[in-house]
Amino acid sequence: MTVWHIVLIASIAVLGLKLVGYAVPPSVLERPTPARVANLLTVALLAALTATQTLERSGEIVLDARVPAIVLAAALFALRVPFILVVLAAAACAALVRLLGWMS
Amino acid sequence: MTAPERTPHAPDAVGATAAAVRAALGVGLAVSAYGVSFGALAVASGLDIWQTCVLSLLMFSGGSQFALIGVLATGGVAAGPAAIASATLLGIRNGLYSMRMSPIIGGPWWRRVLAGHWTIDETTAVGTAQPTLRGQRVGFWVTGAVIYLGWNLTTLAGALLGDLVGDVRMYGLDAAAAAAFLGLLWPRLTSKQPVAVAVAAVVVAAVLVPWLPPGLPVLAAAVVAIVVGVTNVLGRRTT
Repeated sequence: MTVWHIVLIASIAVLGLKLVGYAVPPSVLERPTPARVANLLTVALLAALTATQTLERSGEIVLDARVPAIVLAAALFALRVPFILVVLAAAACAALVRLLGWMS
Repeated sequence: MTAPERTPHAPDAVGATAAAVRAALGVGLAVSAYGVSFGALAVASGLDIWQTCVLSLLMFSGGSQFALIGVLATGGVAAGPAAIASATLLGIRNGLYSMRMSPIIGGPWWRRVLAGHWTIDETTAVGTAQPTLRGQRVGFWVTGAVIYLGWNLTTLAGALLGDLVGDVRMYGLDAAAAAAFLGLLWPRLTSKQPVAVAVAAVVVAAVLVPWLPPGLPVLAAAVVAIVVGVTNVLGRRTT
């Protein structure tokens, strides 16, 4: 498997899921369980990705400059600061902490 | 969900359409801006500029794109299947949005195919939030056009920039990706059930990181959603 295979297979799968939604009858949405599982699946994956992106490095859990950055991001999201500003603030926070040499 | 249709009073309809365009431009421009961080991170995680651009052109779904490069950044090509699975599972919600948008879009099959490609969080949110059917269609298509153009241009800019600066960790871009995931998650934490699922998913993923190959801890966390979703623990009774 090459990077191109990964990029193309994943792209076609994600695009295919979007198109499938237009082909099935909307009554499927009225059944609560599939809709609930799909919504919670999104929550679980985004939460797990937030955790691994914040804590993982080469297969280990590491506490570094990303931790204060994500805490800042959570505080700003809670204050309803716009998405792009929060992302920039998180990057700046991690860069600053590394520059000062507080956390690797 | 059905499209609420009002009898179109001429001035009211014009106002609703203008409001839809305003909402579309606001959301579209804000979202496009963070394509820069996707482009830079994609290059940093081992993709070349072409591969990065193909993701934004063809996959066109921010969460899935970040998930794919996030897993590849830690696991490399060996984590390919896990990367594909993460991106695909995150893409399931777009299928739900498609079902919601389908009666609103209408028209011939080719219009639905184009709409399908552009059916993401933001286009669905702006589209379904408008009060008139015309406003819903305008909101969807204008948001889609602005984001498709903007996201792809900023992805290219980010990829070129990432190629130039090299180690993106120095600029805190790894933390930016974590914040981006949190930002996509935040609006979904509206009741006890999703909050509990999010907390459990964080614990499961973090505990499994030292034991499983890259990418698999994230997929293991998805099991939490399936269990809670099927049993409806902590959920509201739906009758």
